[in-house]
Amino acid sequence: MAWQLDIILFVLIIVAAIFALQIRDLLAAVIALGAYSFFAAVLLAEMGAVDVAFTEAALGAGVTTVLFVVAIFVTRRRSED
Amino acid sequence: MIDRYDSLIVTFTTRLLVPFIQIFALYVIAHGHFSPGGGFQGGAILAASGLLVRISLGQPVVRWFTHSRMRWLGAAGLLIFAGTGIVPLFFGSAYLDYSGLPIPFLSGAALRATGILIVEIGIAMAVLGILLTIFDHLSGWDR
Repeated sequence: MAWQLDIILFVLIIVAAIFALQIRDLLAAVIALGAYSFFAAVLLAEMGAVDVAFTEAALGAGVTTVLFVVAIFVTRRRSED
Repeated sequence: MIDRYDSLIVTFTTRLLVPFIQIFALYVIAHGHFSPGGGFQGGAILAASGLLVRISLGQPVVRWFTHSRMRWLGAAGLLIFAGTGIVPLFFGSAYLDYSGLPIPFLSGAALRATGILIVEIGIAMAVLGILLTIFDHLSGWDR
């Protein structure tokens, strides 16, 4: 549709991805990854692939974020062996 | 590991939101064959509602989406999907050829749409069960 909107969304996706890679706090990185998934879903919906956007929003932004957060809370810094 | 977070806002928002999420998921599953969505997306949204209850209200509140039921639901969904594929083989059609399903009073496009609906219900059950089983194993609820 509007290529200006595409450019803005691409820039937001790249910013979110770089933020998720560079930040030291794991929880903040997971939230940045959720934002990345959400922007990707918006971009896919804007490009007309509503079905893929649906999956990306439900799985990428919803379920995966929860699973990552749970994985962070289950793991510890040092092993107990 | 995950306990109830005692906040009125979190509890009330979860209780208000979960029925709407589940109704929307059922709509996505039921209308999957002529609008965006389908079994996988609807099952993922159902699983997201289950995850919301689990992480905000805690284990004692979970009545229906329990761990043991989710494991059986995942297996049953896979069985429905594979069974719908195999049944037409016994009636002279190809694997997953819905026009060969032995459903009375239906033929042609209506029969195919019914077959797609059955398969999507199976996929939704499998996705819901397996996603919540992954969460339970990860967070240690099954122990």
